Amino acid sequence: MQTSSRLVKWLISGPPLLFLLIFFVTPSLIMIFTSFRLPGEFGGLAPVKLLPGEVAGDSGLTIETYQFFFSDFIYIEIFLKSFAVATITTLICIAMAYPLALLIARSRKKFRNLMIMLVVLPFASNFLVRIYAWMIILGPESGLSHFINGILVFFGIAPVTLLFSPFAVLIGMVYVHLPFMILPLYTNLEKHDPILLDAAQDLGANSWQRFWYVTWPQSLPGIFSGSALVFIPALGMFAIPDILGGTGDIMIGNLIKDQFLGTRDWPFGSTLSIMLTLAVLGIAGLFSWFAKPAIRMT
Amino acid sequence: MIKIPHRQTVLWIASILVYAFLYIPLIIIVVFSFNDSKLNAEWVGFTLHWYKALLNNHEMLLAARNSLIIAISASFLATTLGTMAGLAIHRYKLKVLPILAFTPVAMPEILLGVSLLLFFLQVLNLTLGMLSIIIAHTTFCIGFVAIIVRARLQGMDESIFEAARDLGATPWQTFHQITLPLIRPAIIAGALMSFTLSIDDFVITFFTKGVGEPILPIQIYTMIKVAVTPEVNAISTLLMLLTLTLIIIATRFDTSMLRGESK
Repeated sequence: MQTSSRLVKWLISGPPLLFLLIFFVTPSLIMIFTSFRLPGEFGGLAPVKLLPGEVAGDSGLTIETYQFFFSDFIYIEIFLKSFAVATITTLICIAMAYPLALLIARSRKKFRNLMIMLVVLPFASNFLVRIYAWMIILGPESGLSHFINGILVFFGIAPVTLLFSPFAVLIGMVYVHLPFMILPLYTNLEKHDPILLDAAQDLGANSWQRFWYVTWPQSLPGIFSGSALVFIPALGMFAIPDILGGTGDIMIGNLIKDQFLGTRDWPFGSTLSIMLTLAVLGIAGLFSWFAKPAIRMT
Repeated sequence: MIKIPHRQTVLWIASILVYAFLYIPLIIIVVFSFNDSKLNAEWVGFTLHWYKALLNNHEMLLAARNSLIIAISASFLATTLGTMAGLAIHRYKLKVLPILAFTPVAMPEILLGVSLLLFFLQVLNLTLGMLSIIIAHTTFCIGFVAIIVRARLQGMDESIFEAARDLGATPWQTFHQITLPLIRPAIIAGALMSFTLSIDDFVITFFTKGVGEPILPIQIYTMIKVAVTPEVNAISTLLMLLTLTLIIIATRFDTSMLRGESK
């Protein structure tokens, strides 16, 4: 009995474990290893031919790429900028998601699933398609561009280009990540006990006070888990700045992409990826640390 | 439930604006896919020209075929492995497997993409192509399937399994006759979810693709970056139709997906 149940345990956990060890853990370790190597002489072709031991008296391992990262302020600056973009995206998502999540949570039960479905549906369409839609809307020939520039010109202000700007990047970021804020927030708000609001009203709290002292504190865990779901992918995003942004709007993701597919400096690309991983781990830790006392409050 | 008409109105207006924000971009694409103009600027007239152009675009048809093969293979692999992982994580107190299965879901896609790129080229010496993409997609889909299957198992009454065991069922009989039928909706939902994720995925595909075969998201990316024609609108509309159908079928099977239980 004991051996057969142990056998069952290994039969069902073994295959996925093995697959993930090979195709998730090993690649991650390879990436860490690569970050301590040197790029090849001829960058483009064989960047990591310098195996340890091949160079006489040298292990071939170095922390050069890390020193390089911290020596040039431009890389730290791009990291900080990416943090700023991810933070603003998260804040806009909270502001936009909250009223909708609240409305859905307070709607009648039979409408809730439909309203949630309506949030999920657009997010089911292709990722690139959703970004491309904003290329049309913000493009120089679009109605929105003509409208905004018409107003600007009327007031004697020089016309602006909406596309390929930080503004376009933010819109794309919010658009792609918004459902990840709405869903956890709704899941949280739906569990609130309306009795608490009744009690607050009986005690003379106005609608603003009821929101600020009853609903808002209870919803903090939802906001934190939504923020983690928005902030983390937003921080590593490269497609949106690549498509909607200008040359000055690049983020960490674009930098990493260039090291692997452009300049082919794999060690530095790996170093940047590890920096991003550390940032993500730090943020995830921070969010769960913040979310905990909030959970205890409820 | 207290009725506060004033605040309810504000909530409604804000919510309608958010829904509009979500839908207007997609509606614009669909509308312009039928527009008889090369520019995505104003409505000129109705045409099916862009859909016909798509049908004659060999590269695009090949890309669609390749992406379908990748999505079917990856979702089959991910569903098999993910269901096992979901079952194992639910039944045993495992420490390593949950971390390995759920981390790829939570981390920025680009990290998985580049680490797999390094791994395929350096360690496996694999020529990048369909196989590398299938493996990459499977890696991040396993977690999604495991989450859905586990959520289903968590909502079930454990005593059913105990009853089966008490009545002398072998582990295999319990699995085959009790567990499997009960989690079937979750497995189907997980499979459809993986299929959708795979056919939509751009970032990981971008890093693990080879130079040979055209792949759908990469073709779309090139079209967007190089020359935007309304053909993009047409392919986008068709893709929307496909994924929307799949998502609706998937949620029919398992509504727990909707409740943000992925976190």
